[in-house]
Amino acid sequence: MTDRDEQAVRIGVQELSGLYAEIIDEDRLEEWPDLFVDPCRYQIISHSNHEAGMRQGVMYAATRGMLLDRVFTLRQANLYEPHRYRHVVGPYRFKSIERDTAIVHTHFIVARIMHSGETTLFATGRYLDDIDISGPDYKFRERIVVIDSDQIDTLLAIPI
Amino acid sequence: MYDPEPSSGRRVAWPSNGISEVPFRTYTDQDTYVREQERIFKGDTWHYLCLEAELTAAGDFVSTTVGEVSVLVTRDAERTVNAFVNRCIHRGNLLCMGRQGNVKKFSCMYHGWTYDLTGQLTGVAFEQGVQGKGGMAPEFRKEEHRLQKLRVEVLGGIVFGTFSDKVAGLEDWLGADVVRGLTRVMNRAPTLLGRNTQILPNNWKLYIENVKDTYHASILHLFLTTFKINKLNMPGGIFINPDGGNHYSFAKLDYEAETAAYKDEGIRAESDFRLQDRSVVESVDEYGDGVSVQILTVFPGMVLQQVRNTIAVRVIRPRGVDRTELEWIHLGFEDDDEEMTERRLRQGNLIGPAGYVAMEDGFIGGFVQRALQYNDEGAGVVMMGGHEAESQTFKASESAIRGFWKHYRALMGE
Ligand code: FES
Ligand SMILES: [Fe+2]
Repeated sequence: MTDRDEQAVRIGVQELSGLYAEIIDEDRLEEWPDLFVDPCRYQIISHSNHEAGMRQGVMYAATRGMLLDRVFTLRQANLYEPHRYRHVVGPYRFKSIERDTAIVHTHFIVARIMHSGETTLFATGRYLDDIDISGPDYKFRERIVVIDSDQIDTLLAIPI
Repeated sequence: MYDPEPSSGRRVAWPSNGISEVPFRTYTDQDTYVREQERIFKGDTWHYLCLEAELTAAGDFVSTTVGEVSVLVTRDAERTVNAFVNRCIHRGNLLCMGRQGNVKKFSCMYHGWTYDLTGQLTGVAFEQGVQGKGGMAPEFRKEEHRLQKLRVEVLGGIVFGTFSDKVAGLEDWLGADVVRGLTRVMNRAPTLLGRNTQILPNNWKLYIENVKDTYHASILHLFLTTFKINKLNMPGGIFINPDGGNHYSFAKLDYEAETAAYKDEGIRAESDFRLQDRSVVESVDEYGDGVSVQILTVFPGMVLQQVRNTIAVRVIRPRGVDRTELEWIHLGFEDDDEEMTERRLRQGNLIGPAGYVAMEDGFIGGFVQRALQYNDEGAGVVMMGGHEAESQTFKASESAIRGFWKHYRALMGE
């Protein structure tokens, strides 16, 4: 891969990651499943579980259907106090870039804004991404959301 | 025993000798919270400490809490499980900061006193002084000092402990029904799939009441009705021990009929909402008895759940009058194959802080707490299924909640 191609991949990956944050923060969750291939792997897991090699997380989807179900239930079948997130994403660490695949680790922080206006730091951590870069639209094969703390305030409704 | 003078003069007043009306002040009163630590958490009760599987080798330890008190659990060289308070007897420093690990002994970082794995004091730095000067008072005998011990018992791979010298042994205290329920779920060697902790903005009792509340499930948890999840459930029942605080409820499911119905639905598209991916509820009858949900509580703050193929212990830890830590300890079993583990992980979406049928339980206590803020006169009504705390064959009942209050009032002397 030439330097030029690699540069294009870096820009494409950042676009995907930015779009992901925008879709969640601007409450366009219906578009969220489109950012993944099918089957896929999306998981929110604590740093300590992940480090210990334990597999139980907080949220898990292995198929597009499971992502769609998460969005549907969020809209129709779960109750929670209205709130939204603001993601701040980066720096990016490009672990490897090959023909079809980019492995990228990205830092994030997420603030939670309750409908009352109360704003708190809700989560910090890293995205461990395996991204399919073979087509014109990059998509996540895997996005493991490793959150730094074991503690979740009240509940976790909206994906991170 | 701790018995404070009521400092504010607004001590919790129970409306009657009954247990079907619960004063709201019990969730907001600071004096009550302090008394609970003494009389309930350090009183005649057994508490979840850890899994036996976390203490496989001599020297393994786990740090936990009972109520607000920090406790260490160890396996010693004789392979006995010990539990003692994590507080150095010298000047009260937190002896061990680690969450878990393996050690030969515990050394206090402040002045270097050491303890063996049973909590016995073994070393005092400069005990004889320096160059013949100073040193410990001559009458001080190391052998006579140890960290405050808890009684320990193990049942179904779970290590329990109590501060009480006089409470009955674990199985007698749990009651035969609850022992049967616990050993039914923990019938083989468990493995730890992971943990999650939820911070609940409410008094600890609001969460344990919610767990014992079979009334709310089909109302608050829209997921169940939206997707008609338990439509093939069959009647179950509730067992409550004589003291009232330990219980389990269960429901059965016709697993075969459910699988057949899903297949059927795949062919004839119904107008109802359908899950795009059924694996979140596709369950197997792993115990072979048709029970699909069993919720078991151990007074005051432990839950053992089987919801389909999700097995979890929940530990409720008070952290102030309006703050609670809820730890989810997700379990599998040593005989699980990859398919079973994947099944448990997918169904894991049903439970925990993001659980399709658990998310609402994370905030509902906080809503109650908010409504009670400086507005805590009066009492809540707990009269579904009558006024007593007896085992029942139907689930539209609040008898298990009344059982909690029966046990609570006896221990609190209220
Ligand atoms: S406080 Fe532990 S040795 Fe002094
Ligand atoms: Fe619930």
